[in-house]
Amino acid sequence: MLKKLVMDGIDWIDARIPMTDTWNKHLAQYPTPVNFNFWYFFGSLAMLVLVNQILTGIWLTMHYNPSAEGAFASIEYIMRDVPYGWLLRYMHSTGASAFFVVIYLHMFRGLIYGSYQKPRELIWIFGMLIFLVLMAEAFMGYLLPWGQMSFWGAQVIISLFGAIPVIGDDLTLWIRGDYVISGATLNRFFALHVVALPLALVALVFLHIVALHEVGSNNPDGVEIKQKKGTASEEAKGKFTFHQQYSGKKDIIDAVPFHPYFTVKDIMGVSAFLICFAAVIFFIPEGGGFFLEPPNFEAANGLKTPDHIAPVWYYTPYYAILRAIPDKLIGVVFFGGSIAILFLLPWLDRCKVKSIRYRSWKHKLNITQFTICFIVLGVLGALPATPLYTIIAQVASVGYFGFFIALFVYSKNEKTKPLPTRLTH
Amino acid sequence: MSNEPVNSGRRKFLTLTTGVVGGVGAAAVAVPFVKSWSPSEKAKAAGAPVSVNIDKIQPGQLIRVEWRGKPVWVVSRTDKVIEELPKIDNQLRDPASEEPQQPDYATNELRSIKPELFVAVGICTHLGCSPTYLPDTFGEQVEGVESGFFCPCHGSKFDMAGRVFQNVPAPLNLVIPPHHYVSDTTILIGLDKGDA
Amino acid sequence: MKKLLIALVAFLPSFVFAAGAAVHLDKANYDLTDKVSLQNGAKLFMNYCAACHSTAHQRYQRVATDLGIPDQLMKDNLIFTDSKIGDLMKNSMDKKDAAKWFGNAPLDLTLEARLRGPDWIYTYLRSFYKDDSRPFGVNNRVFKDVGMPHVLEELQGIPTAEIEYVVDADGVEHANVIALHSSETGEMSSDEYDRAVLDLVNFLVYSGEPNKLERQNLGFWVIGFLIILFILSYLLKKEYWRDIH
Repeated sequence: MLKKLVMDGIDWIDARIPMTDTWNKHLAQYPTPVNFNFWYFFGSLAMLVLVNQILTGIWLTMHYNPSAEGAFASIEYIMRDVPYGWLLRYMHSTGASAFFVVIYLHMFRGLIYGSYQKPRELIWIFGMLIFLVLMAEAFMGYLLPWGQMSFWGAQVIISLFGAIPVIGDDLTLWIRGDYVISGATLNRFFALHVVALPLALVALVFLHIVALHEVGSNNPDGVEIKQKKGTASEEAKGKFTFHQQYSGKKDIIDAVPFHPYFTVKDIMGVSAFLICFAAVIFFIPEGGGFFLEPPNFEAANGLKTPDHIAPVWYYTPYYAILRAIPDKLIGVVFFGGSIAILFLLPWLDRCKVKSIRYRSWKHKLNITQFTICFIVLGVLGALPATPLYTIIAQVASVGYFGFFIALFVYSKNEKTKPLPTRLTH
Repeated sequence: MSNEPVNSGRRKFLTLTTGVVGGVGAAAVAVPFVKSWSPSEKAKAAGAPVSVNIDKIQPGQLIRVEWRGKPVWVVSRTDKVIEELPKIDNQLRDPASEEPQQPDYATNELRSIKPELFVAVGICTHLGCSPTYLPDTFGEQVEGVESGFFCPCHGSKFDMAGRVFQNVPAPLNLVIPPHHYVSDTTILIGLDKGDA
Repeated sequence: MKKLLIALVAFLPSFVFAAGAAVHLDKANYDLTDKVSLQNGAKLFMNYCAACHSTAHQRYQRVATDLGIPDQLMKDNLIFTDSKIGDLMKNSMDKKDAAKWFGNAPLDLTLEARLRGPDWIYTYLRSFYKDDSRPFGVNNRVFKDVGMPHVLEELQGIPTAEIEYVVDADGVEHANVIALHSSETGEMSSDEYDRAVLDLVNFLVYSGEPNKLERQNLGFWVIGFLIILFILSYLLKKEYWRDIH
């Protein structure tokens, strides 16, 4: 009786919007490569953190006071006077760092398995746009507590625009809306942080997933699971039924439906992630001074610079590149270039083999040196510049950009290993 | 060749348990979000009990104090007013204060702890305007009753014990806030006696 | 490569801290569960610090509740302004006057322990020494040329500094304080004074984050719960994936 009622209800909805069809197309009959490994948890985790940021963010705006006079005190009001305000705030501040942790790991996955290669260039481009918006989002959010690091960090970053020839000074003035960072800057950053950029972020995430589901996921072998119709054996196609959208045009091999197999797997990943996330929130919310920097426990003071200004950890690699170059304009160009060049990755890599598993020793070496340089830059960006550190940062910057140049050169005629015909798992 | 898995008992059990435990977790996550809407310490401090000094109150006088952002009246009632009050019961909606608009210690004929001092929240029970105290001219509103409260918004009328008259829009008597006498000259509004 | 990553990450904190402090800081072994220490710290703070420094993000009521001080006792002994118990712990000093007297307006200390760290405060308050060249007659090893008098002088006395003069390679003479010697004029012995300062530090750590203990307690429950959820979801995943393997 009840069952019939539910079925009728579903039919009623399906006659009006394609609910069941969408469910099947994107979850219950969506073909997912069977050999996903550890690296494939971070997409769903990024989604989880995004939801966390949006929810805790909405709740924080209910108590936050976006004014130069009241912002700092309102954070402490949230931390002390609002019931559970401290928890919401730590969830948000830890979530910001967690977002970058999972996004960096997610991007690294794409890098080693060649997930940016044809036909997934647009997925990569949307992903990079998400990364860019996320950086802007985090930067503007960091101003809101109106502490010393908020103020001086924003001061340094906005000043970068001053390096642009001719319009630089006017541009910085326009961004700040004042001669220094002030309440005017705080208010516009607040508006962008809580309304405009989250909207852009959600829209881009949607496009990222639409693009992904159109071509289908890559996997650790970099071998496509969609093969020419009629070429795959029954054994390869396996026992699962997939949506017409996918199985109508192609033979699908070594795939499982996303639901329930990857929903249960992702739930497991989410639980493991939440253990780490909660450990930080409840036991080390300052993240050793990297997630919440000590100088930010002092209210912004435009007349007194803290002894050592370091950006939050997720920007430090690019910041180190900026500092390594002893010329403001060129420094800014390379700073911007270090992120811009990532957009070009799908075209810089001319190799037809995707996964690092089947590529040459040159590629493995190149990715290794890139990773080391990236981390070294990240560490150096958090430290005060000394002559020695500057030299190391210069070397690491060469390694960073060298990765892309070398990739472009050797990938044309790379000596790769033979690809398997089936996924390995 | 179907996506339906083999439904072993173990699978059902694990799905159910994980679902329930996950649901409990989701509900627990909702707690801080819901609780953060409760009054903050700041609001509670601002809404703390207010003490009123009644040392210098004159007969017939009304003292207005703010408690939790609302006007609270302390009115000194003359003997004449006290005498007149029981005589108008037949014109009132709820003369015996049966509706729970007051604490137990004010559920009496005069709706007060001491007969000569009347404490009430000065907000009309109709739509929230603050009625006007008419110590001498209330007779224009209700014939034969010299003093009372008249709401200028929609014409509701209350007697000197905050009891609502019949045939006006306000449905209920005025609210009596929790209060007690700290001493003969001080009333603490916002707290029952004995609650600290 | 993984090992290298771990080594780098492990190195990171020591790198950062090495870049900071020049003076050795003594470890403040404060204990947030010690209410007697916190109460004593609150008393010391209100008596010696609060005339100039506020803890303006905190409320008297909260301190009274958390430290187990009865409201009336708090009102009578620890609230020196005409504040109500629910008010923020501001002080009555005018910021502009204060800036005139001390060079800078005294800081709000609510978050001082999170800004500078407990060890810094602990060492700082035990590092004043006699220096007649300074306006208040004292200097400080941790905070050179500090614009603040030694407010705890009554308790500690004013230590004298043992100074060593070093001429560097460029022929410039530097005065280095190598040790402090007690003046024996304070009410407290050296150990008692350290204990008192530790109580004060304890109170400031508490002020920096009054929810710290609540946060950690809740954390154990949350993580315990998540471990159960993880075990269940692991078993669930294994169960479903038997279809495939």
